Amino acid sequence: MPNLNDILILLPEAFLVAWACVLLLLDAFMEPKLRWTLHWFSIVGLLMTIYLVVAGQPDQAVTAFNGMFVRDGVAEILKVFALLSTALVFVYAKPYLIDRKLFIGEFYTLTIFAVIGIMLLVSAGNLITVYLGLELLTLSSYALVALNRDSQMSSEAAIKYFVLGALASGMLLYGMSMVYGATGTLDLAHLHTAAAATTMPHLLVFGLIFMIVGIGFKLGAAPFHMWIPDVYQGSPTAVTIFIGSAPKLAAFGMAYRLLATGMGDLSQHWQLMLACLAVLSLAIGNLVAIVQSNLKRLLAYSTISHMGYLLLGLVNAGPEGYAAALFYAISYALMGTAAFGIILALARVGFECEDIDDLKGLNQRSPWAAFLMMLVMFSLAGVPPLFGFFAKLLVLQAAIHAGFMWLAIVGAVFAIIGLYYYLRVVKVMYFDKPVDGAEIRLQGDVSVRLVLSLNVLALLVLGFSWGPLFGWCQRVFVG
Amino acid sequence: MFNHLLSLLIWLPIVGAVPVLLAGSGRPNVARWLALLVAVITFVVSLYLLPQYNAADGAKQLVESHLWIASLGVHYSLAVDGISVALILLTSFVGILVIVGAWEVIQVNPHQYMAAMLVLEGLMIGVFCATDALLFYVFFEAMLIPMFILIGVWGGPRRVYATLKFFIYTFFGSIFMLVGLIYLYLKAGTFDLQTLATLPLTMKEQTWLFFAFLIAFAVKVPMVPVHTWLPDAHVEAPTGGSVVLAAVMLKIGGYGFLRFSLPITPDAADAYAWVVIGLSLIAVVYIGYIALVQEDMKKLVAYSSVAHMGFVTLGIFIAFMLVRHADNLDAAKLGMQGAMVQMISHGFVSGAMFSCIGVLYDRLHTRQIKDYGGVINVMPWFGFFYVLFAMANSGLPGTSGFVGEFQVILASFQANPWIALFAAFTLIIGAAYTLYMVKRVLWGDITNPHVAEMKDINGREWLVLGAFAAAVLVLGIWPQPLIHLMDASVSQLVTQLGNHKI
Repeated sequence: MPNLNDILILLPEAFLVAWACVLLLLDAFMEPKLRWTLHWFSIVGLLMTIYLVVAGQPDQAVTAFNGMFVRDGVAEILKVFALLSTALVFVYAKPYLIDRKLFIGEFYTLTIFAVIGIMLLVSAGNLITVYLGLELLTLSSYALVALNRDSQMSSEAAIKYFVLGALASGMLLYGMSMVYGATGTLDLAHLHTAAAATTMPHLLVFGLIFMIVGIGFKLGAAPFHMWIPDVYQGSPTAVTIFIGSAPKLAAFGMAYRLLATGMGDLSQHWQLMLACLAVLSLAIGNLVAIVQSNLKRLLAYSTISHMGYLLLGLVNAGPEGYAAALFYAISYALMGTAAFGIILALARVGFECEDIDDLKGLNQRSPWAAFLMMLVMFSLAGVPPLFGFFAKLLVLQAAIHAGFMWLAIVGAVFAIIGLYYYLRVVKVMYFDKPVDGAEIRLQGDVSVRLVLSLNVLALLVLGFSWGPLFGWCQRVFVG
Repeated sequence: MFNHLLSLLIWLPIVGAVPVLLAGSGRPNVARWLALLVAVITFVVSLYLLPQYNAADGAKQLVESHLWIASLGVHYSLAVDGISVALILLTSFVGILVIVGAWEVIQVNPHQYMAAMLVLEGLMIGVFCATDALLFYVFFEAMLIPMFILIGVWGGPRRVYATLKFFIYTFFGSIFMLVGLIYLYLKAGTFDLQTLATLPLTMKEQTWLFFAFLIAFAVKVPMVPVHTWLPDAHVEAPTGGSVVLAAVMLKIGGYGFLRFSLPITPDAADAYAWVVIGLSLIAVVYIGYIALVQEDMKKLVAYSSVAHMGFVTLGIFIAFMLVRHADNLDAAKLGMQGAMVQMISHGFVSGAMFSCIGVLYDRLHTRQIKDYGGVINVMPWFGFFYVLFAMANSGLPGTSGFVGEFQVILASFQANPWIALFAAFTLIIGAAYTLYMVKRVLWGDITNPHVAEMKDINGREWLVLGAFAAAVLVLGIWPQPLIHLMDASVSQLVTQLGNHKI
């Protein structure tokens, strides 16, 4: 029987669910002119949840509901950064939503429910919890993508996302059922020992393959990346920024729970599978990005390549590799929110700032925005001293340490190829003449501009002092 | 004692760039004077290195070390030896001249130009100070960002092509070095260069690492056949960009060989020294011939840079043959010293040549040799400097260009007279392409009516060219202080070459 203790372990999640329900009620009954308070209400909810996550963190990993739910260091760090990046998303999204008459409570409630899904997913101790968290996250995301329901592009993106996502969920479930058949348990901790003793190793490996399909889809790793470009481009940018940030942390958490906690003994099987996914993602992401003219699509392909680098860390299949991959996921979440945040801040009524050419001559029209975007681009490209470089350094190191020298060299080569399209964005902003010379103001009030600047400058500051953050990432995987 | 001198030298220009940038496009003169102030202070502080640094002891000095990333054991550690000190002085000296040189020339966003120059200067000094491989790599790569902007924003018509080529080429080179460094880190547990220098490595490991380093630094030097980015970058870069590129950035390639290839992979470097020597000779002879047929002045000087840098790599790697196969330490030292002097000298000479071309370009907006002719008739002062630098470029005794080349040729003669013979070709080819250019630009009758309207150099330009001329002459007539500064460090490097790691 669940007791009070179990609930206390789940306190941050329970709190956020309650907060989301209040939000729903407020949204339904509030006077329209007070609507703007919902925005702050949501952000405060997220920040309070961060506090609950950190303050209530037990010294040792604890489980609730008979092992269904795990609260450990990995879950803590993932939750903190997922909540933080979602709070950033809310800040950046507001002016954009108001301009497009999308400033409605659904955006906030759906996003918060998606975050609750992420929190469940990264704390999963059981295959069922993994599935529950994943579905909560993805179902909310489908609806978010279709938020602008009059837009054909958005609807198309949502349908594509839904169909492919349902397929991937089916694959994942199918894989889970095979694993269950081979081991007789759904509990991830037991799975680890049961997998070693199974009498049906082939069935187990088949189950593993299907689970990796599910993980690959969630990460957006090639060849399961088809949905990414369309969804990124089709969604309202305020939703793209969410899909491009916190769910990446969730995907890492899911991969860690399923592969490391559950199937750690089969690492010699999944290491090579992940290596293949990594190479494909690096190749497809970086090569196809070169020919993109739409900025959101370009960033979508860049995400695919970044997930390739993240997989480089996972391939290591040891604490060091998980720490590197986690660090990478966090760095990507920060860079992704920053990149889309700038796009959101540049978009105005009737102007989406979606094409790379829209940035032409940005340096002359808004030097600060151009400077911020340049930092983000160099960080994404992995040029020191920016944060992105150190994330790449660590995953390359993890891959080399695990004996995957060839994989690290492939990663290095594609970093060079990837450099080209990031430089192209900088080139457009700095070297090209503006189409019209009027000055652009970043949208939103002071808070938006301030947070955005801090977000980007964090990439520079963390480039100098990434030690503590990486130390945290390392600690959660030890012992 | 104040022991943050090196940090101060690195961060002063970088932090100083912030107020320059904040001055904004509305107050260009504030930005210019501020930038000049920062550059001058940096130079003065760098002069302070001379009394602080004990040249008799060739070891690393003024050590600064702080734990940077505890979990990886990465240190923020800086130190200099004689070679670094000389290069830092060169950097801060050139740093002032490019800012003065750009004074009225850069009209679009001068504050951004000046800030980029200052950041670049700080990062280059950082490269010469870093004794931690990761820190070195961070400075080495970060340098690309301001240079990319400098060429791309203020460059010529094909600037975008040139700057992308520059960035991607250099990045291509260095990323393999990064993989090599990670491998070394995993083996040694540290990025400290001193420790890596004593790490035993098998021949196979050394060979891989040697080539990883070779790609990185060969692109930077640049050596044949990866030199093709240089003419493009030089031609399209603004004058100041070209000056910094030629005067300092190329030296970082040569410096990298000293800090990485030689100490970490000595046996592989010995085994493959013939590759580098061969490529250096090709650079000296073949690239010299290519320079001869150039129509564009900047391209000509760019190719001559490749040829001159060939002497640097030749001098460094000929030392291996001498130490290990001829057991001739004195000659090896001579070669190495020649390479170092050549680096410094080429810094002045190429910087001066590009400044001269900049002066011409500001007046006529063309770099084609055929558009000039008879310039001496209207610009006598300019002609004086131009001929002086041309003489230095072709290695005339009494100028700095002579000293290093002569030392390298002497050393290579003791290794193999044939190598010396090919290296000595430069005396003919170098004189040929440089003087041929002088003939077509300066002498003869004025054929282009626009040339007749050109004004002689103004005070600001006089200052820049005069400073370069003084450096070229002092170094040429009295190189002893420079040689003394680097002597002990070079000796130490040469003895290190003999250490086997397997």
